[in-house]
Amino acid sequence: MKIVIMGCGRVGAQIASLLEQDGHEITILDIDAYSFRRLPPDFSGTALLGNGMDEEVLKRAGIEQADVFVAMTQGDNRNVMAAQIAKHIFNVPRVISRIYDPLRQEMYDTLGLEAFSPTTIFAQLVKDKIEG
Amino acid sequence: MYIIIVGGGRVGYYLARALLNEGHEIAILEKNARFCDILNEEMGSVCVQGDGCEAAMLAEVGTGRADMLAAVTGDDEDNLVACQVAKHKFNVPRTIARIRNPQNETIFKKLGIDVTVSATNIILEAIEKEVPTHPLTHLLTRSDKGLEIVEVRIPAGSKTIGRSIKEVSRPEGTKMVLIIPKDRKPVIPNPNTIIREGDQIIALTTPELEEELRSSLTGI
Repeated sequence: MKIVIMGCGRVGAQIASLLEQDGHEITILDIDAYSFRRLPPDFSGTALLGNGMDEEVLKRAGIEQADVFVAMTQGDNRNVMAAQIAKHIFNVPRVISRIYDPLRQEMYDTLGLEAFSPTTIFAQLVKDKIEG
Repeated sequence: MYIIIVGGGRVGYYLARALLNEGHEIAILEKNARFCDILNEEMGSVCVQGDGCEAAMLAEVGTGRADMLAAVTGDDEDNLVACQVAKHKFNVPRTIARIRNPQNETIFKKLGIDVTVSATNIILEAIEKEVPTHPLTHLLTRSDKGLEIVEVRIPAGSKTIGRSIKEVSRPEGTKMVLIIPKDRKPVIPNPNTIIREGDQIIALTTPELEEELRSSLTGI
């Protein structure tokens, strides 16, 4: 599959690396070139400098041929906006985004975005660990 | 009307003042405590500190009964989310977003924002209008109706100079409203009106037809 990832933080870079090992074609975007240091040395996908909320940048990243778009920046609103552009403007078949704020995640979920909140998931995980 | 303003920076500040003067009830949501204090000192308690993209904050200021929400922060994505939360969680009838990147205009429309205001476009057009050789200026755009009012100037060398309106073919669906000659009074054009050099022609058109209109009026 062709996968475009927005945000080359720890999570974004990790996803890129894992998916590449499985043979997918990866393009990863970030607004800061320094972030690309997180990619493994043997990463053979494309690292592209640019803002994933910009249509032109997304086109350059090959969004029109992408099967999956993943929004993994630190900003909930940035993820939400980029994900909606991917879904509604470029009709990417599968769009996944991270939304830290559980209330916002819930709302965009009902609006049809495949969004998950690490806050909720991690809190639940820790709770389960404690209660055994 | 009850109007919520998201963002208490310069735009939010002047917008709040103007709306209060017109007798509207307003609430401003601003993240920065210092900006909040300034607003509250000057206008009474109008500002609540908090993130206008969070449903809980919007609930606190009574967004459920708001007639309108204007998101005027400096970040397009924040304005988009504030408007979408207002629309989908609180059913606010009219949402307005300030945008910085003119490209976002179509995206926001598609994502359900009622009105977008692009400062960049407004500044651009105001400056374009001052460039004497600029052949087409946008005076007013009603994107919800797909209409615009433009000004076409007839520069020296236009092939239509000296010809009457009826001799000049224009794209269907456009209408000439007013002609402002260089040194005479404005006239409402009729089929026999002669086009002269330096005329400013005000016309009603659509974004798709504006270029065709310009080239048929100037013959260039």
